[in-house]
Amino acid sequence: MRRLVVVGNGMSGARALEEILARGGGEQFAITVFGDEPYGNYNRILLSEVLANAAGDAAQRSSTVGTGEAVDNDDADDLYLNPLDWYDENGITLHAGVRIVRIDRHAKVVLGDDGSVTPYDVLVLATGSRSFFPPVEGMWASNTELTRGVFGFRSLDDAQAMLAHVEGDAAQRSSTIGDSHRTAVVIGGGLLGLEAAAGLQKHGVAVHVVHPTEVLMNQQLEAEASKVLRSKLEQMGMHLHLGVKTNEILTTGDAAERGSTDRGQRRVSGVRFTDGSDLACDMVVVTAGIRPNIGLAMVSGLETQRAIVVDDKMRSVDDDAIFVVGECAQHRGEVYGVVGPLWEQAAVLADVVTGANPDAEYHGSRLATKLKVAGVDVAQMGVKAPERESDEFVQFSETGRGVYQTVVIRDGTLIGATLVGDVSKVAALTQAFDSRSALPEERIKLLFDLGAAGDESAAADLPDDTQICNCNGVSKGDLVACVEHGADSVSACMAQTRAGKGCGSCKGLVTEVVEAALGGAGTEDPADSYYVPGIPLDKPTLMHEIRTRELKSVSSVFAALAPDGREHVGSKMGLTALLRMMWPDDVVDERDGRFINDRVHANIQRDGTFSVVPRMSGGVTDAAQLRRIADVAEKHDIPMIKLTGGQRIDLLGVPKEKLPEVWADLDMPSGWAYGKSFRTVKTCVGTDFCRFGLGDSTRLGIDLEERYKGIEGPAKMKLAVSGCPRNCAESMVKDVGLVAIEGGQWQIYVGGAAGATIRKGDILATVDSHEEAMTITGRFLQYYRENANWLERTYDFVPRMGLDHLIAVVVDDTEGIAAELDARMQASVDRYVDPWAADQTESTPGQFHDALPLVPLPQVPVREGSHR
Amino acid sequence: MSTDAQPAVEARLGPVDQIPLGEGRAFLVGDEPVAVFRPRSGGLHALRAICPHRGGPLADGLIDGEVVMCPLHNHQFSLADGTCATGADDVAAYAATEEDGELVVRLR
Ligand code: SRM
Ligand SMILES: Cc1cc2nc3c(=O)[nH]c(=O)nc-3n(C[C@H](O)[C@H](O)[C@H](O)COP(=O)(O)OP(=O)(O)OC[C@H]3O[C@@H](n4cnc5c(N)ncnc54)[C@H](O)[C@@H]3O)c2cc1C
Ligand code: SF4
Ligand code: FES
Repeated sequence: MRRLVVVGNGMSGARALEEILARGGGEQFAITVFGDEPYGNYNRILLSEVLANAAGDAAQRSSTVGTGEAVDNDDADDLYLNPLDWYDENGITLHAGVRIVRIDRHAKVVLGDDGSVTPYDVLVLATGSRSFFPPVEGMWASNTELTRGVFGFRSLDDAQAMLAHVEGDAAQRSSTIGDSHRTAVVIGGGLLGLEAAAGLQKHGVAVHVVHPTEVLMNQQLEAEASKVLRSKLEQMGMHLHLGVKTNEILTTGDAAERGSTDRGQRRVSGVRFTDGSDLACDMVVVTAGIRPNIGLAMVSGLETQRAIVVDDKMRSVDDDAIFVVGECAQHRGEVYGVVGPLWEQAAVLADVVTGANPDAEYHGSRLATKLKVAGVDVAQMGVKAPERESDEFVQFSETGRGVYQTVVIRDGTLIGATLVGDVSKVAALTQAFDSRSALPEERIKLLFDLGAAGDESAAADLPDDTQICNCNGVSKGDLVACVEHGADSVSACMAQTRAGKGCGSCKGLVTEVVEAALGGAGTEDPADSYYVPGIPLDKPTLMHEIRTRELKSVSSVFAALAPDGREHVGSKMGLTALLRMMWPDDVVDERDGRFINDRVHANIQRDGTFSVVPRMSGGVTDAAQLRRIADVAEKHDIPMIKLTGGQRIDLLGVPKEKLPEVWADLDMPSGWAYGKSFRTVKTCVGTDFCRFGLGDSTRLGIDLEERYKGIEGPAKMKLAVSGCPRNCAESMVKDVGLVAIEGGQWQIYVGGAAGATIRKGDILATVDSHEEAMTITGRFLQYYRENANWLERTYDFVPRMGLDHLIAVVVDDTEGIAAELDARMQASVDRYVDPWAADQTESTPGQFHDALPLVPLPQVPVREGSHR
Repeated sequence: MSTDAQPAVEARLGPVDQIPLGEGRAFLVGDEPVAVFRPRSGGLHALRAICPHRGGPLADGLIDGEVVMCPLHNHQFSLADGTCATGADDVAAYAATEEDGELVVRLR
């Protein structure tokens, strides 16, 4: 078998391997990879997020070197592109932490810094780049070591070192120094610098960015665009020093502090600018550019200029057995610094190396970048500004909103575009740029008409080879193929192609493309109307069948109505809820049809423990209750006690086995904070205490909650009652919200929301009494329970049914069903049992057994060390 | 984790009906946390109890005849062989059988 050796386990090295494997290279080659970073292969682009996200999450990090799990936070699995298993599974030998120091091209071996000698038939160099440190006094502590407090921003180690520094300072601050503020200076206001600055800001560090010209991100932006970005960044509190350079990094010795084992150990205390002024700081991040890693190629006698020179087959011009890919390759004079071009190079390289297409050639990439810089959307393609007299230049600027857009047109084709702050037109522009297609006569339509209402059609019209995800090199064609092979959701397509899993800026476009592909054929998926996916019936038909066949258990519904009588996991919860509503008296309780929350009457948490929220009707409590809660929390070592957004108290982190005991000790009823059920009624103080109160909102809130507590439905039901239109209980944004108005009346709002969606409720009725308010509320809820789709909140239900229809049925009783609705609601109310009281002893064997036995698991909120 | 070189671990875990029909329960077999499921359509299945996505408790998941759905983020794993159809890593699958009314699990 021929031997393939890859030097450099970064983004392009790993991508080249994936492409080679995809072409059957696994059978042709014995593959060995060297990477001098001690990890598996990770997504360098996400380092900005690692830096930013770890804010406040410090305890979650650990540094298990060599396991490929160095970042032990939630996003570790997103950060790593290929876990170590992947190398094993594909028969690839990975030497992580080994640096190749020389290539012996005559003997065809590579020599590692661990003394290893590894022969190759085909060699791939993918050594990438490193941070460039300009010659500034005070930068270095020794030949190889930066001064303490100076950082580059290129690798995971860099990001972690910065985090450690920031956190270390925090610790020091609280223990000794008092309020000495933390300040960082970022040298270089390009993309990387601004990302580093934004990340550090999240940790509460005051950040100063020093940039030698007036134009931030001058690689991508021209002066006007940069100005808009600049004012946005300044609004975010970033300090910008433009047109100045750093002359010297000032340091201070801390021999006294540290007991002085190393007299030379100095740390950063500030920077001095070329104009002679100083700025005090305790941290300097150098993002003044990158330099390709070409030392290895140079000592091994390969042609290098700015990078390693390659031909159109991505081969070194000196040696047919050596291929080069990524930031260390120089092709037709170009060296690229973003991933898009690297993906194209990797595909060509793989075609040639495996012989899948020996004639494949790389002809360079047209750069279209879409980035999020410190939270600001930026897209840039082609030229930044007009270059010739005859070039057309369309410019739109709305500084107040931080939006700036330009397009450059030459001879009727789009040769450049820049979008800052609003990139909604990027899909259409990219298409015009890539395909050199005809442009609208009125050029301004490029920025305004295209893409607006016709956004989806714009996505549908994109040519198949348009790259949608620039991080992972996924084209429109790839996504469409995914849909054709059966993927039926945006997330399924994203999972299968990894589109949108890099920097995430393309998620909107991915959604558009997938949705266009899913719905584009013009046929509507009948499954959209099913109540649950596993049974091909809409809700009215399903209820009719259930009623006439008297199906009272989930398993009997599947047996009678599902294709081949087959159970479907994703349909069980919805059926359970429906049956419990339809048969309040004699539903057959199959516990396996319930979600875990409803099996143990608590909300499962990320670490497998549960939260306990007792009912506290209307948000009103008393001293004895508070004392009891405090006692229980103490007795059971409750990790966190929290006031919820629903006006009650949450005991978080309770192990499953302890639930019955905690309930018993609390001696309070369940608050149903875990179910698709009636949750809370938030109230304000109302007439009892408030000088503005017009109605007794507290009393009505408590009465509503006591009456409708725990009623199950298609989704959560959250209510509020406010004592006057000042609306302190936020009644306008609740599933049902009541507001007292002058004259002893109550307004009833329905369909409001302020969660994932924001919607102001519509007035269903204005009623004259407390009793009427209770009845109309119950009748509306019952109508919702019977007619809403599974998981359809009132904010979707109300607009779908139409307010007029709801008023007609619920208030005016035009269908003559009001009495039945009231009676069915009453039946549910009458059958209510408190689940915490009912399940004091096991209802099924092992109901409260821990599902993660004896395994040390990540704990919430404190997690340390590595698991696995 | 055990490798081919090590002897297979076999454990008798007591009566099968300690797992309610249609549910799963977790056990420790040797050092390995194992979730055993008892679908209504028949048979017994065993998977590693910890979801490879973010450590969710698979034994708490809903099941049908083919898959278990992790309660944390709804990834689905084949009961038969642990493969994940929703984009997470696969989970290890083990042999689970009923012998004289007793639940027997073998780690390979
Ligand atoms: C505990 C609480 C946060 C807090 O500490 O305050 C909370 C916690 C959770 N919320 Fe919430 N929500 C809480 C108040 C809210 C509120 C405010 C409110 O109730 O007044 C909202 C906005 C109102 C609304 O419901 O729209 C809210 C909107 C959501 C949503 C978005 C629903 C939507 O369709 O817009 C979800 C996700 C969902 O339902 O699918 C959600 C889901 C969740 C879940 C259950 C996540 C889950 O599926 O496991 C959280 C459970 C955490 C845990 O570990 O127990 N939570 N959540 C609040 C409990 C209130 C209570 O006493 O019952
Ligand atoms: C913070 C940050 C944010 C970024 N954001 C974006 C973005 O939003 N969009 C975008 O397109 N690009 C972005 N980039 C750039 C992108 O990450 C790079 O273009 C890409 O990683 C280059 O891939 P590569 O394989 O050529 O180099 P690298 O990913 O650097 O991989 C090279 C690897 O080779 C190893 N190596 C070097 N020499 C040797 C040797 N002699 N022996 C063994 N191993 C060796 C290195 O240690 C390194 O692991 C960002 C970069 C950073 C640092
Ligand atoms: S907003 Fe709600 S769902 Fe989101 S993390 Fe907070 S509690 Fe969980
Ligand atoms: S932990 Fe299982 S799906 Fe996320």
